[in-house]
Amino acid sequence: MTTTETTPRPDPVTPVLTKRWLSPNSWRLSTYEQLEGYTALRKALTGTPEQLVQLVKDAGLRGRGGAGFPAGVKWSFMPPNEDKPHYLVINADEGEPGTCKDVPLMMADPHSLIEGCIIAAYAMRSHRCFIYVRGEAMHCIRRLNAAVREAYDAGYLGQDILGSGFGLDITVHAGAGAYICGEETALLDSLEGRRGQPRLKPPFPAAAGLYAAPTTVNNVETIASVPFIVNGGADWFRTMGTERSPGPKIYSVSGHVERPGQYEAPLGITLRELLELAGGMKDGIPLKFWTPGGSSTPLFTAEHLDVPLDFEGAAEAGSMLGTTAVMVFNETVSVPWAVMKWTKFYEHESCGKCTPCREGTYWLAGILERMVEGNGTASDIETLLDICDNILGRSFCALGDGAVSPITSGIKYFRDEFLALCDQNSKAKTTPALAGAH
Amino acid sequence: MTSSTDPLSLGKSYGGSNVGVGETHVAAGPEVDVVDGASALSRAETERLITEATPDLSVFGPDIVAKAAILIGRYPESRSALLPMLHLVQSVEGHVSQAGVQFCAQQLNLTNAEVSAVVTFYTMFKRKPCGEHLVSVCTNTLCAMLGGDAIFQRLGEHLGEEGRPLGHEDTSGTPGEPGSITIEHAECLAACDLGPVLQVNYEFYDNQTPESAVELVDALRRGEKPAPTRGAPLTDLRSVALQLAGFFPEDEATYRSHVDGPSAAVETLRGAQLAADRGWTAPTMPENTPALPEVEKK
Repeated sequence: MTTTETTPRPDPVTPVLTKRWLSPNSWRLSTYEQLEGYTALRKALTGTPEQLVQLVKDAGLRGRGGAGFPAGVKWSFMPPNEDKPHYLVINADEGEPGTCKDVPLMMADPHSLIEGCIIAAYAMRSHRCFIYVRGEAMHCIRRLNAAVREAYDAGYLGQDILGSGFGLDITVHAGAGAYICGEETALLDSLEGRRGQPRLKPPFPAAAGLYAAPTTVNNVETIASVPFIVNGGADWFRTMGTERSPGPKIYSVSGHVERPGQYEAPLGITLRELLELAGGMKDGIPLKFWTPGGSSTPLFTAEHLDVPLDFEGAAEAGSMLGTTAVMVFNETVSVPWAVMKWTKFYEHESCGKCTPCREGTYWLAGILERMVEGNGTASDIETLLDICDNILGRSFCALGDGAVSPITSGIKYFRDEFLALCDQNSKAKTTPALAGAH
Repeated sequence: MTSSTDPLSLGKSYGGSNVGVGETHVAAGPEVDVVDGASALSRAETERLITEATPDLSVFGPDIVAKAAILIGRYPESRSALLPMLHLVQSVEGHVSQAGVQFCAQQLNLTNAEVSAVVTFYTMFKRKPCGEHLVSVCTNTLCAMLGGDAIFQRLGEHLGEEGRPLGHEDTSGTPGEPGSITIEHAECLAACDLGPVLQVNYEFYDNQTPESAVELVDALRRGEKPAPTRGAPLTDLRSVALQLAGFFPEDEATYRSHVDGPSAAVETLRGAQLAADRGWTAPTMPENTPALPEVEKK
């Protein structure tokens, strides 16, 4: 690209990861190879692992699984020696409510993930990679297995890949239905054949991960971005997005919009712009609330239409970028009802390991259900907030923090709706019953 | 594989700990006749409990044992094969019975308790017999709002009896028989742009309504296999469980037809298509691939 001063603003939609999706049979190796497939791998294998880690650091690629941790920095935590085997584990356990980017990516372009895995494994001196896919994503598992098979046949996997001397084996592993396995240490326990419950950190996976060996867990979209960074370079990647949140990102727009779907745009796009792309609010009914990145990210309202949806912008406005799962709700939707539904989800998915989350989500769900049924009491809102306070920051993993997000943000912006549910009940209770008939 | 022939499969360790490995006072003492001993339970009741604890494992024939061995061979440590092996068990039984638990425990040299703890943790492992088909309706917030709750309710009423709708994990028909259907609430299925969604045997049926869902289950009950919106041609729950375990059709044509089942919904491609229509692109990559950064060798 040209110098930074004259760099024009990129187009509103910038298909990088999603571009091949339009091609017929995009999931086949033959298609992939016609569309620059495995060219990045050839280039990567001419460099050293250190150079690749530096490249990903320079590009500023941040984890696409929700937390946004710089991928290159994460990779650099892996020990430089190989005293123990190193493992690369791909988190393909997409299940955060609203999130639906990795599933279509794995169906449409599984080879981009495989190529990313080989480059990342080479950079981290790993010879074994596991792709942990949620079990319900059967078609992704099928496509990934077929892609892995093709890659072995073509010499992209196995011993001595493309004559480089580097070898890698990939195993596609199906989960069995547990949202918590999207948490990286719970995922590792699950991959070891245990209940998927999170581990205490430290030690971090880079020190003691899978089988207590050095391990890096990365999200699908993160790793699928790597071949493009190798081919385009860090400067090219940075022509999209912002200084601290560079690159393109798949925004999954769902709910009350005219044209829900996957829109890959430079990080920092706003909801106003996304709504324009998605044809506006469905049937013209006004926006009420939305999530920037899944149900674990605090709700936004119509006030936040112009918040830049990058890691910093979402955080400064009081939420989180999360997985860029933009769920849009119009004025017909009751906030307490939506919050109650999400809370029941967290209650169901709480792994039970730590008390604040296990007990807290149970009581939160119970109270919210009671409120929505019209039996709320005047003290319910305070009780909810008090329980949230005892979960946030006091749980073993981020599931607890995520569970309180819809509640605290819902009450923050829509307190009146919660109050109304309680008032409705107190009025009903104080209305004297008819008396006197026998 | 384990050398233990003890039907209760008392493992040699407890979760990696050696606590309790030594002889216990029960084993050290004279044999106790638990059936005729001073039990509070009747003899028949005690026998039933013992029979239940030592089920017949013959359903897991040599082919399944061979597959279990293949699974173990796929991992650096055998226990990692447990989830795939439980999927394998479901492909045989349609659910994970106590026999299935013991089969896995024997193959992996684990205790029954260790396997049971895992089985009960994951929602895809069913503890009671399921229908030929499993219909999972997303009732998480977004799908629920768009009609998912209504779909689940309607299916429950339609498949249930008058005044007794089916609930979560209830089955219409005799489990395992052709046309039988188990329904369940599902959490977010990662298809939110296509909501409300449901899955049959984990194949996607997108943009559903209560009416389309009723039509779908009626077709399933008639023995038809309506094509999913995204996924492979519909089979049945057990066949899919085998694929989840990592065993795919051996016949090349069938395998290819499964892999090539549709995936690109209009919604999936919307952004990319919009860009193509309007001539929008990502910034062009440099003509010559830039060199990898220089790093100092440590």
